[in-house]
Amino acid sequence: MSDFEPKIIAFVCNWCTYAGADLAGTSRIKYAHNIRIVRFPCTGRIDFMLLLKAFQSGADGIIVSGCHPADCHYTAGNYHARRRWIVFQNLLNFLGIDTRRITFSWVSAAEGAKWGHLVNEVVDNIKKIGPYTEYAKLGKIGIGSISEGNYARIE
Amino acid sequence: MSRIGVFVCHCGENIGATVDCAEVAKMAKDFPGVAFSIDYKYMCSDPGQTLIKEAIKEHNLTGVVVAACSPRMHEPTFRKVAAEAGLNPYLCEMANLREHCSWVHYKDKSTTLKAAELVRMLVEKVKLNTPLYPIKVPVTKTALVIGGGIAGIQTALDIANSGHKVIMVEKSPSIGGHMSQLSETFPTLDCSQCILTPRMVEVAQHPNITLYTYAELESLDGFIGNFKATIKLKAKSVDHSVCNGCGECSAKCPIKKIPDEFNAGLGTRPAIYVPFPQAVPNKPVIDRDNCTYFRKNGKCGLCEKICPTKAIDFSQKDEFITVDVGAVVVTTGFDIKGTDFFPEYGYGKYKDIITGLQFERLASASGPTLGEIRRPSDGKIPQNIVFISCAGSRDPAKGIDYCSKICCMYLAKHAMLYKHKVHSGKASVFYMDIRAGGKTYEEFVRRAIEEDEVNYVRGRVSRIYEKDGKLIVKGVDTLLNSYPVEIEADMVVLGTAGIANPESESLAQKLHISYDQYHFFAEAHPKLRPVETNTAGIMLAGACQFPKDIPDSVSQASGAASKVSALFSQNELTRDPLIAFVNKNTCVGCFMCQSVCPYLAIEKEKIKAKDGSVIREVAKINPGLCQGCGTCVALCRSKSIDINGYSHKQVYAEVMSLFNERSLEYV
Repeated sequence: MSDFEPKIIAFVCNWCTYAGADLAGTSRIKYAHNIRIVRFPCTGRIDFMLLLKAFQSGADGIIVSGCHPADCHYTAGNYHARRRWIVFQNLLNFLGIDTRRITFSWVSAAEGAKWGHLVNEVVDNIKKIGPYTEYAKLGKIGIGSISEGNYARIE
Repeated sequence: MSRIGVFVCHCGENIGATVDCAEVAKMAKDFPGVAFSIDYKYMCSDPGQTLIKEAIKEHNLTGVVVAACSPRMHEPTFRKVAAEAGLNPYLCEMANLREHCSWVHYKDKSTTLKAAELVRMLVEKVKLNTPLYPIKVPVTKTALVIGGGIAGIQTALDIANSGHKVIMVEKSPSIGGHMSQLSETFPTLDCSQCILTPRMVEVAQHPNITLYTYAELESLDGFIGNFKATIKLKAKSVDHSVCNGCGECSAKCPIKKIPDEFNAGLGTRPAIYVPFPQAVPNKPVIDRDNCTYFRKNGKCGLCEKICPTKAIDFSQKDEFITVDVGAVVVTTGFDIKGTDFFPEYGYGKYKDIITGLQFERLASASGPTLGEIRRPSDGKIPQNIVFISCAGSRDPAKGIDYCSKICCMYLAKHAMLYKHKVHSGKASVFYMDIRAGGKTYEEFVRRAIEEDEVNYVRGRVSRIYEKDGKLIVKGVDTLLNSYPVEIEADMVVLGTAGIANPESESLAQKLHISYDQYHFFAEAHPKLRPVETNTAGIMLAGACQFPKDIPDSVSQASGAASKVSALFSQNELTRDPLIAFVNKNTCVGCFMCQSVCPYLAIEKEKIKAKDGSVIREVAKINPGLCQGCGTCVALCRSKSIDINGYSHKQVYAEVMSLFNERSLEYV
């Protein structure tokens, strides 16, 4: 398993975590290259179907990160994301999604080092858990087609 | 059919050293929909921009991806370039190859592959971008200045003098800030009060300035040009419209032993007080935490009985007012560490070890000793005085890594003032380095050393303890091969570190602005945007951003004021159109979105039949209020709300471009 390079996708808000990741860059903090960041205006914008879509596309792990509680640029978007996560966690567990692969965090615009740590921690963790091959099996019994259907509808 | 152009920037060595930019550009050529791809040394330079413009025209591009630094840095630059070439600016996206790739990874094939994947994500996104047009919003030409120190005063006067309205909020009973506490100011030794008090009066009398003292910002909503600020006016317990400021109440108040904030704890004040004689407004407030009337359920009330104008009003309550403002300038200043922060200097238990601010009060003609340098313990004039710079500052062990910037200068000034007042006395300064960068600053320090014969010792003080009424200061002289130095001092002044205001964190949260690891407010760019914050319409000035001296605070204040004036010179602002919109055809009218919108931007729209009867109600988003957070987008159960710039299609395309079977790693 040592040569397994996990594919991690990060859904971050523009104002805190994206800026925090920028700060990690300006501070030249080195971290694992396995991460791909997708920018959102706010964690409140993040639809949990996107997480399923990421797994379906082959992600082994997901980070969702935004502003700390009370620091949201839009007042309360991060609270909505947090509530949504609490509700969806149960649903995802029920559906058989491995929720250990989803990391929910707060990284502010001043926490470049924290971002670096977070990425390394998640990459190490996912390396231990291994590639997400079980997802494909779930797809056969329905999850894949649900998210596929959802995507088809919004198109 | 999309015709996307990809422009890969080397950013000199910044990207080029770790990412093979030519290879990224080459790979990008094969991405579906890419019509043109090139790499260049500096894409943001004039030739780089011309390159983009010409490519847009020549290849008839329908979208542009600039793979360079963070979009938070140069997105506006490249969108402008696209617009100049006739392409809608919102058809330009940036892939963050610098902050998110080249600067955080080592030179490796995987880093180049990651860069290519980032480009690909944005190519997939930009294919789905639609032309957008900026939204115009009106500007409220009133500025809110938070903090009435020298920075706030300068900002308010500059904005007011350019013809705009200013609302100033100051938390203490008087404006003036730390500058009003200073004795004389370096490097000219002019009296602080003499140059400050006329400005304080000008603020109070200016027709364009509304001053609220003893008030705090409660909350701030809205956005640039259109903020709504709620201000808490703390109960003064004195009706200032009736009070004539005679001072009878303060003189008669039986509570007299409250440590005086203005004198940095060296003096005392009554419970009903004016902080200092030149205060603006020069009218008292009651400190309810210490007043007998409030502490003992209505006992005392002496001030009410003797007040000749019947201005005392114990029943006053905290009041909240809401004001519309177009811009906010934060000038809340700084604080300093107390002597109790230093275990090696006795944890504050020795009365004659004082802070620089306390020395200012001793040296001030309006201070507790009327300008005579006397020891706080027994009132004797110290014959041997020691000043210690970098007390806390530049000391990672104390958690304060930075240089507080002002201490070198004010300690030189203190030593000088002491020598001017106590001719026979001996003054020593322990320092790490003398940092006297500033016009005539170095000459000032030389004057202290050469003309006033202040003994400068390069070295740190490891310990101070008391012995036979003297403070034994133990240090070393590093210029004499770390030779131990021991001075029997009568008084010690610590140049303690300048730190962020204790309330800075909660204020930052109210304003939605960021702060650094030491809780000083963060500017938008350390060099090029030093007075703005990352939240549009909110500026910074003075020591709330970092410790700074009076000239720097005043320059920054004028800078912030000119930013505000520039903003107010327009009648309308143009705003990014990255906002949400509703698909009326699929909206079921559940209005769940209304409950999550923080801006109350979602309204109900009636869909009517030809005869005027209402068929159903659907959601409608007010583009003036929507800020584009997208919370409603994720929440909408029928997926009827979407958002410009981060639409469902766009974000799904980004995610799917990454890891699908066509993903680069598996080619």
